[in-house]
Amino acid sequence: MHLAYPAVLAALLFCTGLYGVLARRNAILVLMSVELMLNAVNLNLVAFDIWLSKTARDTLHSGQALTLFTIAIAAAEIGIGLAIVLAVYRNRGTSDIDKLRDTAEGPDSGAPAAEKAEATA
Amino acid sequence: MSLAAATAAVARTTTTTAAGSHGFLSPTGVEIAFLLVGLVTFGAAIVTVTTKQLVHAALWLVVALGGLAVEYLLLTAEFIAWVQVLIYVGSVVVLLLFGLMLTKAPIGRSPDADSGNRWAALTVAVAAAGALVWVVVDAFRTTWVDLDGAAAGSTAVTGASLFQNWVLPFEALSVLLLAALVGAIVLSRKAKADADTAARPAAGSGALPGSGTPSTGPSAGRAIPSRTAASDGQPPAKEGTR
Repeated sequence: MHLAYPAVLAALLFCTGLYGVLARRNAILVLMSVELMLNAVNLNLVAFDIWLSKTARDTLHSGQALTLFTIAIAAAEIGIGLAIVLAVYRNRGTSDIDKLRDTAEGPDSGAPAAEKAEATA
Repeated sequence: MSLAAATAAVARTTTTTAAGSHGFLSPTGVEIAFLLVGLVTFGAAIVTVTTKQLVHAALWLVVALGGLAVEYLLLTAEFIAWVQVLIYVGSVVVLLLFGLMLTKAPIGRSPDADSGNRWAALTVAVAAAGALVWVVVDAFRTTWVDLDGAAAGSTAVTGASLFQNWVLPFEALSVLLLAALVGAIVLSRKAKADADTAARPAAGSGALPGSGTPSTGPSAGRAIPSRTAASDGQPPAKEGTR
């Protein structure tokens, strides 16, 4: 198999996830897009590991080991991320990341600050 | 234009020199299968990031991740494929669905699923895809992966390399998983405690003026008696129950 097939598919999946991260508004959909990006990286790692293990007689199998580590880290990330999203939803009543602008500067920074002061009072 | 012409010329020369025995116009069966499954995977990923129905996005993500597992199988990485099925399709998507349900995601179409900067996002994504695909194709057009012979990713091979060369990262990863487990529990428990303390003054503020404020200083009592007088006779009864 040409190495270009998995490499191009990984690049396209990564850019799909990039679009999702930038364009989605719900925090859980952003997490799904992050998963897509991580999976694209995994596909790259596996494809290059197969290539190197056959052509360069690589016995370290670093690509597959790193893929397993990435999968485990992605599982941990999704657990922590969902816990954070649920905590935010519980406090604010929304998981819309466009509305979480407490650290933003600019003309509309007064309204969230007043709202936060009201919430803490 | 001159850059494009130069790259086209370079591409023509490299394909003629190094295409060798394997051309793109005579694909093998594995390549055709990879291409078809890759199209399904890419389409499912596109639908995942563009659909307006949030639960459907999670279900299309299952299709994309399952397609990637099939791609791993076609690349002879069997162990990774089954780990992908078990962890991603089995647990991550279920966690995402739980998250969608717990944040009360709307079941039908939600028109505000995409934010206002989706055209900027589309521009960035298309530009990145063009650059990445161009570079990757230019670099690996002539690279051939030999899939014959023993599988390079069978369970025996992966396990041997993992426990011979990668023992220390493996153990560090187990510590990280434990930390993530404890962290998730702590986050949700602390949020619950915060919600309790947030709910208690909110519930108590209605009952507080009668029971708590008469014993406070005169400066605070100045505003309060009007409220106690307004809530006729209820505060003394509440004081008696305490």
